[in-house]
Amino acid sequence: MRYVLSGALLVLFVLAWQGVASLESVDDLTLASPVETWDALRTDWSLLWDNAWVTLVEVLLGLGIAIVAGVGLPIGMHLIRPLREAAYPLLVASQAIPIVVLAPLFVLAFDYGIGPKLAIVALICFFPITVNLLDGLRSVEPELIKLMRSFGASRLRTLRSVELPASLPFLFSGLKVAATVSVIGAVFGEWAGADEGLGRLVLLGNTQLQTPRVYAGIVILTLMAVALFALVVLAERIACPWNQKERIA
Amino acid sequence: MQRQAEAPVKEPLSFENVTRRFGALTALAGIDLTLRKDELTAVVGPSGSGKSTLLELVAGLQDPDEGVVSVNGAVSAAERRAACAYMPQRDLLLPWRDALGNAALALECQGVPRAEARRRAEPLFERFGLAEFERARPAELSGGMRQRVAFLRTLLPGRPLLLLDEPFGALDAITRADLQEWLAGMLAEEPRTVLLVTHDVEEAVFLADRVIVLSARPGRMVAEFEVGLPRPRSVTDPELAQLRGEALEALRS
Repeated sequence: MRYVLSGALLVLFVLAWQGVASLESVDDLTLASPVETWDALRTDWSLLWDNAWVTLVEVLLGLGIAIVAGVGLPIGMHLIRPLREAAYPLLVASQAIPIVVLAPLFVLAFDYGIGPKLAIVALICFFPITVNLLDGLRSVEPELIKLMRSFGASRLRTLRSVELPASLPFLFSGLKVAATVSVIGAVFGEWAGADEGLGRLVLLGNTQLQTPRVYAGIVILTLMAVALFALVVLAERIACPWNQKERIA
Repeated sequence: MQRQAEAPVKEPLSFENVTRRFGALTALAGIDLTLRKDELTAVVGPSGSGKSTLLELVAGLQDPDEGVVSVNGAVSAAERRAACAYMPQRDLLLPWRDALGNAALALECQGVPRAEARRRAEPLFERFGLAEFERARPAELSGGMRQRVAFLRTLLPGRPLLLLDEPFGALDAITRADLQEWLAGMLAEEPRTVLLVTHDVEEAVFLADRVIVLSARPGRMVAEFEVGLPRPRSVTDPELAQLRGEALEALRS
Protein backbone atom coordinates (compact mmCIF):
# COMPACT_ATOMS: atom_id res chain seq x y z
CA MET A 1 0.00 0.00 0.00
CA ARG A 2 2.84 2.28 0.98
CA TYR A 3 4.51 1.62 -2.35
CA VAL A 4 1.30 2.25 -4.28
CA LEU A 5 0.99 5.67 -2.66
CA SER A 6 4.66 6.44 -3.28
CA GLY A 7 4.21 5.42 -6.91
CA ALA A 8 1.10 7.56 -7.29
CA LEU A 9 2.92 10.54 -5.78
CA LEU A 10 5.83 10.02 -8.18
CA VAL A 11 3.48 9.85 -11.20
CA LEU A 12 1.78 13.01 -10.01
CA PHE A 13 5.13 14.74 -9.66
CA VAL A 14 6.26 13.70 -13.17
CA LEU A 15 2.95 14.89 -14.64
CA ALA A 16 3.30 18.25 -12.90
CA TRP A 17 6.87 18.50 -14.10
CA GLN A 18 5.76 17.78 -17.68
CA GLY A 19 2.98 20.34 -17.33
CA VAL A 20 5.26 23.11 -16.09
CA ALA A 21 7.91 22.31 -18.72
CA SER A 22 5.29 22.53 -21.49
CA LEU A 23 4.24 26.05 -20.52
CA GLU A 24 4.98 28.69 -23.15
CA SER A 25 6.79 30.90 -20.67
CA VAL A 26 9.25 28.21 -19.57
CA ASP A 27 12.51 28.18 -21.49
CA ASP A 28 13.60 24.73 -22.71
CA LEU A 29 17.15 25.53 -21.67
CA THR A 30 16.26 26.03 -18.01
CA LEU A 31 13.87 23.13 -17.60
CA ALA A 32 13.85 19.90 -19.57
CA SER A 33 10.57 18.00 -19.54
CA PRO A 34 10.33 14.35 -18.44
CA VAL A 35 9.91 13.34 -22.10
CA GLU A 36 13.09 15.18 -23.12
CA THR A 37 14.91 13.72 -20.12
CA TRP A 38 13.79 10.24 -21.13
CA ASP A 39 15.04 10.84 -24.68
CA ALA A 40 18.39 11.97 -23.33
CA LEU A 41 18.58 8.87 -21.12
CA ARG A 42 18.04 6.69 -24.20
CA THR A 43 20.28 8.43 -26.71
CA ASP A 44 23.13 9.16 -24.29
CA TRP A 45 22.81 5.89 -22.45
CA SER A 46 26.32 4.52 -22.96
CA LEU A 47 27.89 7.89 -22.10
CA LEU A 48 25.74 8.21 -18.97
CA TRP A 49 26.34 4.61 -17.98
CA ASP A 50 30.15 4.82 -18.26
CA ASN A 51 30.24 7.99 -16.19
CA ALA A 52 27.71 6.71 -13.67
CA TRP A 53 29.92 3.72 -13.11
CA VAL A 54 32.89 5.97 -12.31
CA THR A 55 30.79 7.93 -9.80
CA LEU A 56 29.37 4.78 -8.23
CA VAL A 57 32.87 3.44 -7.60
CA GLU A 58 33.84 6.72 -5.95
CA VAL A 59 30.72 6.61 -3.79
CA LEU A 60 31.18 3.00 -2.70
CA LEU A 61 34.88 3.29 -1.93
CA GLY A 62 34.35 6.60 -0.12
CA LEU A 63 31.52 5.09 1.90
CA GLY A 64 33.73 2.12 2.71
CA ILE A 65 36.41 4.39 4.12
CA ALA A 66 33.75 6.35 6.02
CA ILE A 67 32.34 3.16 7.55
CA VAL A 68 35.75 1.94 8.70
CA ALA A 69 36.57 5.34 10.24
CA GLY A 70 33.02 5.93 11.44
CA VAL A 71 32.91 2.63 13.32
CA GLY A 72 36.49 2.51 14.60
CA LEU A 73 36.70 6.07 15.88
CA PRO A 74 33.58 5.98 18.09
CA ILE A 75 34.57 2.65 19.61
CA GLY A 76 37.99 4.06 20.46
CA MET A 77 36.43 7.26 21.79
CA HIS A 78 33.93 5.27 23.84
CA LEU A 79 36.55 3.07 25.44
CA ILE A 80 39.06 5.84 26.10
CA ARG A 81 37.38 8.78 27.78
CA PRO A 82 40.18 11.34 27.31
CA LEU A 83 40.18 10.53 23.59
CA ARG A 84 36.45 11.17 23.50
CA GLU A 85 36.79 14.55 25.08
CA ALA A 86 39.76 15.53 22.94
CA ALA A 87 38.37 14.30 19.62
CA TYR A 88 34.75 15.45 19.84
CA PRO A 89 35.35 19.17 19.11
CA LEU A 90 37.66 18.25 16.23
CA LEU A 91 34.97 15.96 14.90
CA VAL A 92 32.45 18.77 14.82
CA ALA A 93 35.02 21.14 13.34
CA SER A 94 35.65 18.70 10.49
CA GLN A 95 32.06 19.25 9.39
CA ALA A 96 32.15 23.01 9.69
CA ILE A 97 34.77 23.32 6.95
CA PRO A 98 32.93 24.26 3.75
CA ILE A 99 33.40 21.36 1.35
CA VAL A 100 33.14 23.77 -1.60
CA VAL A 101 36.37 25.40 -0.45
CA LEU A 102 38.01 22.18 0.58
CA ALA A 103 37.35 20.26 -2.63
CA PRO A 104 39.71 22.25 -4.88
CA LEU A 105 42.41 22.03 -2.22
CA PHE A 106 42.02 18.25 -2.17
CA VAL A 107 42.39 18.22 -5.94
CA LEU A 108 45.59 20.25 -5.58
CA ALA A 109 46.86 17.83 -2.99
CA PHE A 110 45.77 14.52 -4.56
CA ASP A 111 45.67 15.43 -8.26
CA TYR A 112 42.81 14.74 -10.68
CA GLY A 113 42.41 11.05 -9.89
CA ILE A 114 39.98 9.23 -7.62
CA GLY A 115 41.82 10.36 -4.44
CA PRO A 116 40.10 13.70 -3.79
CA LYS A 117 36.65 12.24 -4.53
CA LEU A 118 37.16 9.47 -1.98
CA ALA A 119 38.45 11.99 0.55
CA ILE A 120 35.38 14.21 0.15
CA VAL A 121 32.85 11.36 0.19
CA ALA A 122 34.55 9.88 3.25
CA LEU A 123 34.76 13.24 5.00
CA ILE A 124 31.06 14.00 4.76
CA CYS A 125 29.89 10.41 5.31
CA PHE A 126 31.92 9.45 8.35
CA PHE A 127 30.36 12.17 10.47
CA PRO A 128 26.74 10.94 10.66
CA ILE A 129 28.01 7.40 11.21
CA THR A 130 30.38 8.44 13.99
CA VAL A 131 27.96 10.70 15.83
CA ASN A 132 25.12 8.17 15.73
CA LEU A 133 27.31 5.30 16.83
CA LEU A 134 28.73 7.38 19.70
CA ASP A 135 25.19 8.08 20.87
CA GLY A 136 24.32 4.41 20.47
CA LEU A 137 27.25 3.26 22.57
CA ARG A 138 26.17 5.67 25.30
CA SER A 139 22.52 4.66 25.06
CA VAL A 140 22.96 1.54 27.18
CA GLU A 141 21.36 1.90 30.60
CA PRO A 142 23.84 2.28 33.46
CA GLU A 143 21.98 -0.47 35.31
CA LEU A 144 22.77 -2.92 32.56
CA ILE A 145 26.45 -1.98 32.64
CA LYS A 146 26.35 -2.50 36.41
CA LEU A 147 24.74 -5.89 35.96
CA MET A 148 27.44 -6.92 33.50
CA ARG A 149 30.05 -5.84 36.03
CA SER A 150 28.39 -7.96 38.70
CA PHE A 151 28.57 -10.92 36.31
CA GLY A 152 32.32 -10.37 36.16
CA ALA A 153 32.31 -9.17 32.55
CA SER A 154 35.42 -7.46 31.20
CA ARG A 155 35.19 -4.07 29.49
CA LEU A 156 35.50 -5.71 26.07
CA ARG A 157 32.89 -8.32 26.89
CA THR A 158 30.41 -5.60 27.81
CA LEU A 159 31.26 -3.80 24.58
CA ARG A 160 30.77 -6.92 22.49
CA SER A 161 27.74 -8.44 24.18
CA VAL A 162 25.81 -5.32 25.15
CA GLU A 163 27.01 -1.96 23.85
CA LEU A 164 27.68 -2.86 20.22
CA PRO A 165 24.44 -4.80 19.63
CA ALA A 166 22.49 -2.05 21.40
CA SER A 167 23.98 0.59 19.13
CA LEU A 168 23.32 -1.24 15.84
CA PRO A 169 20.06 0.65 15.18
CA PHE A 170 21.94 3.91 15.76
CA LEU A 171 24.67 2.81 13.38
CA PHE A 172 22.06 2.15 10.70
CA SER A 173 20.50 5.57 11.25
CA GLY A 174 23.91 7.08 10.58
CA LEU A 175 24.41 4.86 7.54
CA LYS A 176 21.08 5.99 6.06
CA VAL A 177 22.18 9.62 6.22
CA ALA A 178 25.63 8.72 4.93
CA ALA A 179 24.21 6.75 2.00
CA THR A 180 22.12 9.70 0.83
CA VAL A 181 24.82 12.36 1.14
CA SER A 182 27.57 10.15 -0.31
CA VAL A 183 26.39 10.80 -3.87
CA ILE A 184 26.40 14.56 -3.28
CA GLY A 185 29.96 14.22 -1.99
CA ALA A 186 31.10 12.45 -5.14
CA VAL A 187 29.50 15.14 -7.35
CA PHE A 188 31.26 17.87 -5.36
CA GLY A 189 34.53 16.02 -5.75
CA GLU A 190 34.07 15.82 -9.50
CA TRP A 191 33.11 19.47 -9.81
CA ALA A 192 36.36 20.48 -8.16
CA GLY A 193 38.30 18.74 -10.89
CA ALA A 194 37.77 15.52 -12.80
CA ASP A 195 37.88 14.16 -16.29
CA GLU A 196 35.14 11.61 -15.86
CA GLY A 197 32.10 10.85 -13.72
CA LEU A 198 28.44 11.79 -13.70
CA GLY A 199 29.06 14.94 -11.67
CA ARG A 200 31.49 16.24 -14.27
CA LEU A 201 29.11 15.25 -17.07
CA VAL A 202 26.30 17.24 -15.44
CA LEU A 203 28.58 20.24 -14.97
CA LEU A 204 29.72 20.09 -18.60
CA GLY A 205 26.15 19.63 -19.78
CA ASN A 206 25.21 22.74 -17.88
CA THR A 207 27.84 24.92 -19.56
CA GLN A 208 27.08 23.41 -22.97
CA LEU A 209 23.33 24.01 -22.52
CA GLN A 210 22.54 20.30 -22.88
CA THR A 211 19.74 20.62 -20.34
CA PRO A 212 18.05 17.22 -20.99
CA ARG A 213 21.37 15.45 -20.42
CA VAL A 214 21.84 17.34 -17.16
CA TYR A 215 18.41 16.17 -16.01
CA ALA A 216 19.15 12.60 -17.08
CA GLY A 217 22.32 12.74 -14.98
CA ILE A 218 20.40 14.06 -12.00
CA VAL A 219 17.85 11.26 -12.33
CA ILE A 220 20.59 8.64 -12.29
CA LEU A 221 22.33 10.27 -9.31
CA THR A 222 19.05 10.33 -7.42
CA LEU A 223 18.33 6.70 -8.20
CA MET A 224 21.82 5.84 -7.00
CA ALA A 225 21.23 7.50 -3.62
CA VAL A 226 17.79 5.91 -3.26
CA ALA A 227 19.21 2.48 -4.08
CA LEU A 228 21.98 2.90 -1.50
CA PHE A 229 19.43 3.97 1.10
CA ALA A 230 17.26 0.95 0.34
CA LEU A 231 20.29 -1.29 0.66
CA VAL A 232 20.98 0.09 4.15
CA VAL A 233 17.33 -0.44 5.16
CA LEU A 234 17.53 -4.02 3.93
CA ALA A 235 20.78 -4.64 5.81
CA GLU A 236 19.21 -3.21 8.94
CA ARG A 237 16.24 -5.57 8.74
CA ILE A 238 18.60 -8.50 8.43
CA ALA A 239 20.95 -7.32 11.19
CA CYS A 240 18.40 -6.17 13.78
CA PRO A 241 15.17 -8.12 13.39
CA TRP A 242 14.49 -7.48 17.09
CA ASN A 243 14.28 -3.77 16.56
CA GLN A 244 10.58 -3.15 16.06
CA LYS A 245 10.58 0.62 16.22
CA GLU A 246 12.68 0.90 13.09
CA ARG A 247 10.27 -1.18 11.03
CA ILE A 248 8.65 1.83 9.46
CA ALA A 249 11.62 2.94 7.45
CA MET B 1 46.45 -22.78 53.86
CA GLN B 2 46.97 -23.60 57.51
CA ARG B 3 43.94 -23.39 59.68
CA GLN B 4 44.38 -21.32 62.79
CA ALA B 5 43.11 -22.58 66.10
CA GLU B 6 40.69 -19.74 66.41
CA ALA B 7 39.83 -19.37 62.75
CA PRO B 8 36.53 -17.52 62.59
CA VAL B 9 33.70 -19.37 60.94
CA LYS B 10 33.23 -17.85 57.53
CA GLU B 11 29.89 -16.13 57.52
CA PRO B 12 28.06 -16.10 54.21
CA LEU B 13 27.74 -12.34 54.63
CA SER B 14 28.51 -9.89 57.38
CA PHE B 15 28.35 -6.12 57.79
CA GLU B 16 30.47 -4.60 60.53
CA ASN B 17 29.51 -1.06 61.37
CA VAL B 18 29.10 -0.15 57.72
CA THR B 19 28.48 3.44 56.67
CA ARG B 20 28.07 4.68 53.12
CA ARG B 21 27.95 8.32 52.09
CA PHE B 22 27.40 10.11 48.80
CA GLY B 23 28.93 13.51 49.29
CA ALA B 24 27.10 15.20 52.14
CA LEU B 25 24.35 12.60 52.09
CA THR B 26 24.58 9.56 54.33
CA ALA B 27 22.79 6.63 52.71
CA LEU B 28 23.52 3.94 55.30
CA ALA B 29 24.75 4.37 58.85
CA GLY B 30 26.22 1.86 61.26
CA ILE B 31 24.87 -1.33 59.69
CA ASP B 32 25.74 -4.45 61.69
CA LEU B 33 24.27 -7.58 60.22
CA THR B 34 25.27 -11.19 59.80
CA LEU B 35 23.43 -13.59 57.53
CA ARG B 36 23.00 -17.24 58.44
CA LYS B 37 23.74 -19.90 55.88
CA ASP B 38 20.84 -21.08 53.72
CA GLU B 39 18.47 -18.54 55.19
CA LEU B 40 16.57 -15.80 53.47
CA THR B 41 17.01 -12.42 55.13
CA ALA B 42 14.71 -9.67 53.98
CA VAL B 43 15.52 -6.00 54.39
CA VAL B 44 12.52 -3.67 54.27
CA GLY B 45 12.64 0.08 54.35
CA PRO B 46 10.99 3.14 52.88
CA SER B 47 12.37 4.49 49.61
CA GLY B 48 15.57 6.37 50.23
CA SER B 49 16.58 4.09 53.08
CA GLY B 50 19.60 2.89 51.13
CA LYS B 51 18.27 -0.59 50.36
CA SER B 52 19.76 -0.76 46.89
CA THR B 53 23.01 0.73 48.16
CA LEU B 54 23.11 -2.08 50.73
CA LEU B 55 22.92 -4.70 47.98
CA GLU B 56 25.43 -2.94 45.76
CA LEU B 57 27.86 -2.85 48.66
CA VAL B 58 27.54 -6.59 49.06
CA ALA B 59 27.75 -7.21 45.32
CA GLY B 60 31.07 -5.37 45.15
CA LEU B 61 29.64 -2.61 42.96
CA GLN B 62 30.39 -0.06 45.69
CA ASP B 63 32.69 0.12 48.68
CA PRO B 64 31.73 1.26 52.19
CA ASP B 65 33.14 4.52 53.53
CA GLU B 66 33.44 2.99 56.99
CA GLY B 67 33.30 -0.54 58.26
CA VAL B 68 33.73 -3.86 56.51
CA VAL B 69 31.48 -5.94 54.26
CA SER B 70 32.65 -9.49 53.92
CA VAL B 71 31.20 -12.30 51.84
CA ASN B 72 32.43 -15.75 52.82
CA GLY B 73 35.35 -14.03 54.49
CA ALA B 74 36.25 -12.11 51.32
CA VAL B 75 36.55 -8.37 51.77
CA SER B 76 37.77 -6.89 48.48
CA ALA B 77 35.18 -5.64 45.99
CA ALA B 78 36.40 -8.01 43.27
CA GLU B 79 36.13 -11.04 45.55
CA ARG B 80 32.69 -9.98 46.72
CA ARG B 81 31.61 -9.56 43.11
CA ALA B 82 32.74 -13.07 42.32
CA ALA B 83 30.81 -14.56 45.23
CA CYS B 84 27.45 -12.89 44.61
CA ALA B 85 24.58 -13.53 42.26
CA TYR B 86 23.01 -10.09 41.97
CA MET B 87 19.57 -9.53 40.51
CA PRO B 88 18.28 -5.99 39.98
CA GLN B 89 14.64 -4.97 40.03
CA ARG B 90 14.24 -4.83 36.27
CA ASP B 91 14.93 -7.92 34.23
CA LEU B 92 17.28 -6.03 31.84
CA LEU B 93 17.05 -8.82 29.28
CA LEU B 94 18.81 -8.13 25.99
CA PRO B 95 16.13 -7.71 23.31
CA TRP B 96 18.34 -9.16 20.56
CA ARG B 97 18.97 -12.44 22.37
CA ASP B 98 16.46 -15.24 22.76
CA ALA B 99 15.54 -16.49 26.24
CA LEU B 100 18.27 -19.13 26.17
CA GLY B 101 20.89 -16.59 25.12
CA ASN B 102 19.81 -14.24 27.88
CA ALA B 103 19.92 -17.00 30.47
CA ALA B 104 23.44 -17.87 29.31
CA LEU B 105 24.78 -14.31 29.56
CA ALA B 106 26.17 -14.42 33.10
CA LEU B 107 28.01 -17.66 32.36
CA GLU B 108 29.45 -16.16 29.17
CA CYS B 109 30.76 -13.23 31.17
CA GLN B 110 32.82 -15.69 33.16
CA GLY B 111 34.45 -16.96 29.99
CA VAL B 112 32.24 -19.95 29.24
CA PRO B 113 31.87 -20.21 25.43
CA ARG B 114 28.44 -19.24 24.15
CA ALA B 115 27.38 -22.68 22.89
CA GLU B 116 28.46 -24.34 26.12
CA ALA B 117 26.66 -21.69 28.22
CA ARG B 118 23.46 -22.22 26.23
CA ARG B 119 23.77 -25.98 26.67
CA ARG B 120 24.05 -25.57 30.43
CA ALA B 121 21.06 -23.24 30.60
CA GLU B 122 18.75 -25.45 28.56
CA PRO B 123 17.91 -28.21 31.07
CA LEU B 124 16.78 -25.59 33.62
CA PHE B 125 14.07 -24.11 31.41
CA GLU B 126 11.62 -26.83 32.36
CA ARG B 127 12.10 -26.28 36.10
CA PHE B 128 11.65 -22.55 35.69
CA GLY B 129 8.37 -23.03 33.88
CA LEU B 130 9.88 -21.80 30.63
CA ALA B 131 9.85 -25.00 28.57
CA GLU B 132 9.38 -24.36 24.85
CA PHE B 133 10.21 -20.68 25.23
CA GLU B 134 13.94 -21.19 24.76
CA ARG B 135 13.95 -19.45 21.38
CA ALA B 136 11.51 -16.67 22.26
CA ARG B 137 12.78 -13.12 22.32
CA PRO B 138 12.08 -11.09 25.51
CA ALA B 139 9.41 -9.05 23.67
CA GLU B 140 7.42 -12.28 23.20
CA LEU B 141 7.50 -13.19 26.91
CA SER B 142 5.16 -12.10 29.70
CA GLY B 143 6.51 -10.05 32.61
CA GLY B 144 6.58 -13.07 34.89
CA MET B 145 8.42 -15.19 32.33
CA ARG B 146 10.95 -12.44 31.72
CA GLN B 147 11.63 -12.28 35.43
CA ARG B 148 12.11 -16.05 35.57
CA VAL B 149 14.61 -15.84 32.71
CA ALA B 150 16.42 -13.17 34.73
CA PHE B 151 16.38 -15.50 37.76
CA LEU B 152 17.76 -18.31 35.67
CA ARG B 153 20.51 -16.04 34.36
CA THR B 154 21.37 -15.01 37.94
CA LEU B 155 21.40 -18.52 39.38
CA LEU B 156 23.22 -20.34 36.58
CA PRO B 157 26.79 -19.46 37.56
CA GLY B 158 26.11 -21.10 40.94
CA ARG B 159 27.43 -18.33 43.13
CA PRO B 160 26.81 -18.92 46.84
CA LEU B 161 25.09 -15.69 47.87
CA LEU B 162 21.90 -14.56 46.14
CA LEU B 163 21.11 -10.83 46.21
CA LEU B 164 17.61 -9.79 45.16
CA ASP B 165 16.74 -6.13 44.69
CA GLU B 166 12.92 -5.90 44.68
CA PRO B 167 12.75 -8.78 42.23
CA PHE B 168 8.96 -8.64 41.94
CA GLY B 169 8.52 -4.89 42.17
CA ALA B 170 7.75 -4.35 38.50
CA LEU B 171 5.13 -7.11 38.22
CA ASP B 172 1.36 -7.04 38.56
CA ALA B 173 -0.14 -8.36 41.80
CA ILE B 174 -1.15 -11.82 40.55
CA THR B 175 2.13 -12.50 38.77
CA ARG B 176 3.98 -11.25 41.84
CA ALA B 177 2.13 -13.67 44.14
CA ASP B 178 2.79 -16.54 41.71
CA LEU B 179 6.48 -15.79 41.52
CA GLN B 180 6.79 -15.39 45.29
CA GLU B 181 5.34 -18.86 45.74
CA TRP B 182 7.55 -20.19 43.01
CA LEU B 183 10.66 -18.71 44.66
CA ALA B 184 9.65 -20.10 48.07
CA GLY B 185 9.26 -23.54 46.46
CA MET B 186 12.63 -23.31 44.72
CA LEU B 187 14.39 -22.34 47.94
CA ALA B 188 12.66 -25.11 49.88
CA GLU B 189 13.99 -27.60 47.34
CA GLU B 190 17.44 -26.11 47.14
CA PRO B 191 18.24 -23.83 50.10
CA ARG B 192 20.51 -20.85 49.50
CA THR B 193 21.68 -17.86 51.43
CA VAL B 194 19.60 -14.96 50.18
CA LEU B 195 19.54 -11.26 50.92
CA LEU B 196 16.26 -9.81 49.66
CA VAL B 197 15.58 -6.11 49.58
CA THR B 198 11.99 -4.92 49.26
CA HIS B 199 9.56 -2.22 50.32
CA ASP B 200 6.77 -4.77 50.48
CA VAL B 201 6.42 -5.96 54.09
CA GLU B 202 4.04 -8.75 53.14
CA GLU B 203 6.56 -10.11 50.65
CA ALA B 204 9.26 -9.95 53.32
CA VAL B 205 7.38 -11.91 55.98
CA PHE B 206 6.06 -14.39 53.42
CA LEU B 207 9.50 -15.29 52.08
CA ALA B 208 12.02 -14.57 54.82
CA ASP B 209 13.44 -16.37 57.83
CA ARG B 210 14.39 -13.00 59.25
CA VAL B 211 13.20 -9.47 58.51
CA ILE B 212 15.34 -6.38 59.09
CA VAL B 213 13.67 -2.97 59.12
CA LEU B 214 15.61 0.08 57.94
CA SER B 215 14.75 3.68 58.77
CA ALA B 216 14.48 6.44 56.22
CA ARG B 217 17.64 8.34 55.26
CA PRO B 218 20.13 7.67 56.61
CA GLY B 219 19.27 3.98 56.63
CA ARG B 220 19.77 2.45 60.07
CA MET B 221 18.57 -0.91 61.35
CA VAL B 222 15.62 -0.12 63.61
CA ALA B 223 14.04 -3.53 64.15
CA GLU B 224 14.59 -7.20 63.52
CA PHE B 225 12.01 -10.01 63.40
CA GLU B 226 12.46 -13.75 63.28
CA VAL B 227 9.82 -15.37 61.12
CA GLY B 228 9.70 -18.81 62.66
CA LEU B 229 6.72 -19.99 60.65
CA PRO B 230 6.74 -23.36 58.89
CA ARG B 231 6.64 -23.61 55.10
CA PRO B 232 4.78 -23.60 52.82
CA ARG B 233 3.28 -20.44 54.20
CA SER B 234 0.04 -18.76 53.38
CA VAL B 235 -0.44 -15.02 53.20
CA THR B 236 -3.76 -15.44 55.02
CA ASP B 237 -2.09 -17.09 58.04
CA PRO B 238 -3.01 -14.95 61.11
CA GLU B 239 0.49 -15.28 62.59
CA LEU B 240 1.95 -13.97 59.35
CA ALA B 241 -0.53 -11.12 59.37
CA GLN B 242 0.46 -10.24 62.93
CA LEU B 243 4.16 -10.18 62.04
CA ARG B 244 3.34 -8.04 59.07
CA GLY B 245 1.57 -5.58 61.35
CA GLU B 246 4.50 -5.42 63.72
CA ALA B 247 6.97 -4.88 60.92
CA LEU B 248 4.78 -2.17 59.41
CA GLU B 249 4.64 -0.43 62.75
CA ALA B 250 8.43 -0.52 63.05
CA LEU B 251 8.67 0.86 59.54
CA ARG B 252 6.40 3.79 60.38
CA SER B 253 7.95 4.76 63.69
